[in-house]
Amino acid sequence: MIISWLANPERFSKVFAPVRPWVAGLSLVLFVWGLYLCFVSPEDYQQGDTVRIMYIHVPAAWMALFTYLVMGVASFFGLIFRHALADAAAKAAAPIGAVFTALALITGSLWGKPMWGTWWEWDGRMTSVLVLFLFYIGYIALHASIEDEQRAARSTAILALIGLINLPIIKFSVDWWNTLHQGASVFRPGGPTVAPAMLWPLLMMALAYKALFVWLWLIRIDTEILSRKYNGLRARLGFREGGA
Amino acid sequence: MDLNMGKYAFFVWGSYGVTALALLSLTVLSVRAHRERARKLRALQETLAAEKAQKVDA
Repeated sequence: MIISWLANPERFSKVFAPVRPWVAGLSLVLFVWGLYLCFVSPEDYQQGDTVRIMYIHVPAAWMALFTYLVMGVASFFGLIFRHALADAAAKAAAPIGAVFTALALITGSLWGKPMWGTWWEWDGRMTSVLVLFLFYIGYIALHASIEDEQRAARSTAILALIGLINLPIIKFSVDWWNTLHQGASVFRPGGPTVAPAMLWPLLMMALAYKALFVWLWLIRIDTEILSRKYNGLRARLGFREGGA
Repeated sequence: MDLNMGKYAFFVWGSYGVTALALLSLTVLSVRAHRERARKLRALQETLAAEKAQKVDA
């Protein structure tokens, strides 16, 4: 009920415009607090100071998956109900997800070199995350290459839905294949295996990343709404001038 | 708080540096695109309103 009420782009902009500064403020506070915890937490007895990379690598990886899920759900609604706001929501999420995925890959590589002795390994987890990054890039490129908005929305929605298959592959890759990457240590049956002194900074940074995503997503959806309104007005103006 | 990362300084600070650069760039680009689009739409709406007012006067 509330989703269909908010599906009106004008109403969506009006409702979320006053919310955005609060989310931005929340994200900033969480980042400052989280970063403080990152550097006062103890170093790991085996990994030394490289454990601090975990506090930015793991939330980036979580957000890479979460953002794609958001994009997939929005694409599904866009494809079924053909609603412009659903496409705007999916399109707005793609660059944010691509950045989080790139960060997961880069920081993972910077963590892997001192700990595993290699920048990269074609194992299940790393390869499937690279595939996720390629899905994001493919989605952005496909949307940019099709001029007709409705055709672009349909084609990219299908691509986004196909890419959803990759999410369980990423999640369970460490269980299905013998990989260099470690298994789940937070969201696992039996609870987290990370020590509380390291779990708190990790969760705080995860919340900061989540708040940043929400803020950027709302801004980018609103940018899409403004763009479509602008293009619509220009088209009407062109039609009137042409028809006169 | 000890900011000396010892022999791992390149890897730790490299990770935090890349993350800061990427997230700040994404934020700046998103906010700038939003402001630019809002400004363009406002300008177009003002042009249309002025045209409409001229027609009414005529």
